[in-house]
Amino acid sequence: MVERRPLLEVLAHAIMILGLLIVAFPLYLAFVASTHTAQDILQAPMPLVPGAHFWDNYSAALTGQGGGAGSNAPVGRMMWVSLVTALVITFGKISISLLSAFALVYFRFPFRGLFFWAIFVTLMLPVEVRIGPTYKVVSDLGMLNSYAGLTIPLIASATATFLFRQFFMTVPDELLEAARMDGAGPMRFFKDILLPLSRTSIAALFVIQFIYGWNQYLWPLLATTSEDMYPVVVGIKRMIAGGDSGNEWNIVMATAILAMLPPAVVVILMQRWFVKGLVDTEK
Amino acid sequence: MEKRVLFELKGLPWLLMAPQLAIIGVFFFWPAAQALLQSLQEQDAFGLSTRWVGLDNFRTLLSDSAYLESFLTTALFSVLVAVLGIGLSLILAIFADRIIRGALLYRTMLIVPYAVAPAVAGVLWVFMFSPSIGVVSYGLSHFLGFEWNHLLNSTHAMTLIVAAAVWKQLSYNFLFFLAGLQSIQKSLIEAAAIDGASPWRRFWTIQLPLLSPTTFFLLVINMVYAFFDTFAIIDATTHGGPGRDTVILVYKVYQDGFKGGDIGGSAAQSVILMVIVVALTVFQFRYVEKKVQY
Repeated sequence: MVERRPLLEVLAHAIMILGLLIVAFPLYLAFVASTHTAQDILQAPMPLVPGAHFWDNYSAALTGQGGGAGSNAPVGRMMWVSLVTALVITFGKISISLLSAFALVYFRFPFRGLFFWAIFVTLMLPVEVRIGPTYKVVSDLGMLNSYAGLTIPLIASATATFLFRQFFMTVPDELLEAARMDGAGPMRFFKDILLPLSRTSIAALFVIQFIYGWNQYLWPLLATTSEDMYPVVVGIKRMIAGGDSGNEWNIVMATAILAMLPPAVVVILMQRWFVKGLVDTEK
Repeated sequence: MEKRVLFELKGLPWLLMAPQLAIIGVFFFWPAAQALLQSLQEQDAFGLSTRWVGLDNFRTLLSDSAYLESFLTTALFSVLVAVLGIGLSLILAIFADRIIRGALLYRTMLIVPYAVAPAVAGVLWVFMFSPSIGVVSYGLSHFLGFEWNHLLNSTHAMTLIVAAAVWKQLSYNFLFFLAGLQSIQKSLIEAAAIDGASPWRRFWTIQLPLLSPTTFFLLVINMVYAFFDTFAIIDATTHGGPGRDTVILVYKVYQDGFKGGDIGGSAAQSVILMVIVVALTVFQFRYVEKKVQY
C-alpha cells in the first residue's frame, strides 16, 4: 500500500463485507431452507437460522423420496450423470486439444492455415445459436439420452486448443533441438517434455471445463428425454414446476446445495490455477 | 510467431488433428451449415416437404413485432447486465486491491458464484423473490410496503433476471479487474502519491484509464454472456413472462423451434444470432484492441 489511511482501510473492509453479504445471502438462504420442513418454509417469513432437518432433507433428495408436485427423481442418480458428463467433457476437450495444438505448432502440413481458422471460428459460436440443427444431427446418429449425446457436441469448441497453442509457442526451441539430438521422436517429445511442462495449463483448463460441463443447461435439456439421464442442473429446474406451494422447497434447496457443491469445491481448492487460467485463456 | 525447429513427418500431423477435426466437422460446421440452409427453406406442418423460400423467413421475422420486441428486450437486458455487473465488480475490485489482510478470504468467497450453474442461480433467486413465500418479497412488503410480483409486473420480472444474471457474473468480472489492477506498476501509483494525488484522484487519472482494455474486454464478454448463457436463468425464473416481456432472443429460438415447430423461422433467428456474435467478436478484436489507450 502506498500510504496509510486508516479511514479508507475501514471503508474498504466495509465495502467488501457488504459485497460478500450480498453475494452470500442467496447461498445462505438456500442452506437454511434445506434444513427445515416444507411447512416451515411456506410460513412467511421462513426461518432465517438453520433448522434440524438436514439429514432428512438431503437423504430424501438423494434417493428421490420427496413428495413435491414437480419432479421427484432421485438426485443421487442426477449427480452421477452430471459428474460423468462433466468429466468426459473436460478430459475429451483437453486431450483432443493437446493433440491438435501439438500438430499446429510443431508440424508444417498442407491446409494447416485453413484448419487453424476452422478451429478459430468455433470459438465464436456457442452451442446455443445452433441448437436446432445440432439436435437433428445428434438424434439422427441415435445419440439422444446417452452420455455421447450429452458430451460430444459440447466438446466441439476450441478454447483449449488456443490456450495450449499459445503455451507451446513459449516453449523454448532448444528443448526440441536437445530432444532430437538425443534421438527422441515427436510422440516421445510430446509425452516426456511437452506434457510435463503443460501441467499448470492443464490444471487451469480442468477447472474451467469442469464447471462449464457441470453447469450446462440448454443442451442437456434437449438431448435427454428420460429421467435417468438428466443432469442435476436440468433436474432441479423440473423440481420447481409445482408452483410456490406445491414445491417442497426444502428438498429443492437441498438439491441446489448438492448441485453447486462439486463445482464450488473444485473452484475453491484449485483457486490458484483457476484464476491464472481464466485470465490467460481470455487474453 | 513461428517455430524454427519442426518435425518432418507426413502422416502424423493429420492423425493428431483428426479427432478435433472430426468433432468440429460433425457437431459444429455441419449443424451451422444446416442452420444457414434451413433459414432459406420452409417446411410444411408435418415436416414432409421442404421448399426454398429465399429470404422470406428473414423478411417475416423482421416484420414480426414479437421478434422486434424480443430484440429490444435483449438489448435492454444485456446493457443492464453488462453495465451493472461491470460497475459493481469494479467497485469491489478497487477496494479489494487496497486490502492486504484477509484478501484471500474475500477473493475465495467472491468467486463462489462462478461455480453456481445459471439454472441453479435462477432457482435461488426465484426462491428469494417468490411473491408468496420469498424472504425478500416478504421483507419488501412488510417493511417498505412495496408489493413485489414478478409474475404480473414486467419491470419486476426484468429486475429479477438482471439481478440473478449480475450476481452470477460478478465473480468473473471481479477476478479480471483485480488481475488488471494488480498488473498496474506500483511505481506509477507511488509517483502520483508523492506528487500529492489522493486515492480518489489516482483512481480516475491512473487506474481507470489503465483498466480500459480490461473494461472493454469485459463489456464484450458480458454482452455475449447476457445473450446466451442466461437462457437457464430465464427458463428457471420467468419463462419469458409475464406475457413475452422477458423473452430474449435465445429463448425465442428455443420457444419457436422446439415448442412452436417453426424450423425455418427458428433457423433464421439462429443465423441472426450468429451474425451478432461474430460482429461482437470482430469488434472486440479489431476495434477495442487498437483504440483503447494504455
